[in-house]
Amino acid sequence: MANVILKVTDLYKSFGGVAATDHVNLDVIEGEIHAVIGPNGAGKTTLISQLSGDLAPDGGQVEFQGEDITHAPAWTRALMGLARSFQITSIVHELTMIDNVALSVQAHAGHSFRFWQPAREATELQEPALAALRQVGLEDRAHVVSRNVSHGEHRQLEIAMALAANPSLLMLDEPMAGMGSDESAKMVNILSGLKGQKSMLLIEHDMDAVFALADRITVLVYGRAIATGTPEEIRENEDVRKAYLGDEAA
Amino acid sequence: MLNISSWNLRSWVNMIVLVLLALVPVLVSWSGNEFYLDIATRLVILAMAAVTLNLILGYGGMISFGHAGFLGIGAYAVGIPVYHEIYDGFLHFPIAIIGSATFALITGMICLRTKGVHFIMITMAFSQMVFYGFVSIEDYGGDDGLVIEARSEFGGLFDMENNTTLYYFCFICLLATIYIVRRVVNSRFGMVIQGAKGNERRLQSLGFNTYRYQLACYVLAGAICGFAGALLGNFTSFISPEMMDWSRSGELIFMVVLGGTATLFGPLLGTTAFLLLEEYLPHVIDLVYKGGGVYWQLYFGIILILVVLYMKGGINGFLSRREGSK
Repeated sequence: MANVILKVTDLYKSFGGVAATDHVNLDVIEGEIHAVIGPNGAGKTTLISQLSGDLAPDGGQVEFQGEDITHAPAWTRALMGLARSFQITSIVHELTMIDNVALSVQAHAGHSFRFWQPAREATELQEPALAALRQVGLEDRAHVVSRNVSHGEHRQLEIAMALAANPSLLMLDEPMAGMGSDESAKMVNILSGLKGQKSMLLIEHDMDAVFALADRITVLVYGRAIATGTPEEIRENEDVRKAYLGDEAA
Repeated sequence: MLNISSWNLRSWVNMIVLVLLALVPVLVSWSGNEFYLDIATRLVILAMAAVTLNLILGYGGMISFGHAGFLGIGAYAVGIPVYHEIYDGFLHFPIAIIGSATFALITGMICLRTKGVHFIMITMAFSQMVFYGFVSIEDYGGDDGLVIEARSEFGGLFDMENNTTLYYFCFICLLATIYIVRRVVNSRFGMVIQGAKGNERRLQSLGFNTYRYQLACYVLAGAICGFAGALLGNFTSFISPEMMDWSRSGELIFMVVLGGTATLFGPLLGTTAFLLLEEYLPHVIDLVYKGGGVYWQLYFGIILILVVLYMKGGINGFLSRREGSK
């Protein structure tokens, strides 16, 4: 079996007695796009938040590149090469698009206790930032203040920020959330362009996108991972049909 | 910057304020009224404090309600040695900087674990602790304050006893502070600080330990403000705990907000407007309504409320908008 980059063992998290993550086991193999799907309230965002360090689990273990990171804070995980995007766009609205991406580059360019040289003139920050914006098709919007761009462009900016960190594992929390079909198609394009280059954990509602992109899919229902497999296997799986795809059909 | 043809209204106003400030001693010697030099020195020192407050409040989003505490620590760093007949400025100013930086480090480590209203309250609480600390030290005058008999000496380099020299020293320090803040804000460090103000959680998920950066920013602002406090101690020749009361911190916040937060010259414009209003509003009111000047603070309050309500971005924002509508 190929290299496992992220290994989740028996992860458990409850909110007031309700298990949001119920003993989940999951792994991401290097280079694959692993999608996590599930109905609303299945605990997908809760899961990703525990992997990124924004939420502390109650039990279980998270291993990243062979290291136990279960209790590591968010910023050390980011430095280790774990990048996430947020379901609800999380950017610095006051700064320009390229400032946002450059901050992501800067986070991995040594410490930032550098008080004197202008950051916006540092080519070692600006060039990779521009390259990441180009990858998601935003290079001509680089110097627009982030507040003033469309929702779809915010979503693309999220991806650019994650890419600029040159992460070993990219965790995307519903990158197509709230997008129109044109924007969604664009995003699928961007992500399929990255397929094979980046390991990805993808949480997504848009089934067409998931089945088009994913190498493997894990289905989460009420905090439990009920199945993992290739898109074909998931499509054939009886439990999944009953618990999830059936719901959608009805 | 010096390409005049591209200057907008805002740059012109900033430049005029700076030039007028640079010329104050000349204007004073013409008019022969020393009093204006007094106002101008106070203005320049308080503007310096406001610029440092703007670094944490405006750019960093850390609303400190205890900034006057640093002014007080700096002033006592001059007052106490002078009381013990130590007049060396090369000692006073380092004590002021190190003292206020240490205070900022220790209190910042605790304050920055909180956010929002809690941060405001805890910074205020710490500066009130310093306030009551100095009130309780009878040796240095307690709440009666302390007379500073002589100004800091710089080994014959320049003579601070001369009011004009003191003024220019303060003015140069103000310019240096503005320059330092400008460099810091645009540096990598500054980008992290501004990013953390806008979206701290995001900065953490990018890989920044925002706490450390904010703490460093808080210490830097505190240290420079302590330096300004040492200038204030030299200038006033009388210091008391009252100068670090929380209402003083509130005034500093107002100067920053009045001028425009997170802008380079906003705090200077705000301090200028604040002190000019404080000084001349009573006379103006008397002209309009004889005897009304006594109640100037009422009108002052109304003006401040109107500015907050209707002048988004303060004076700086107002000037930018005028530019845009032209």
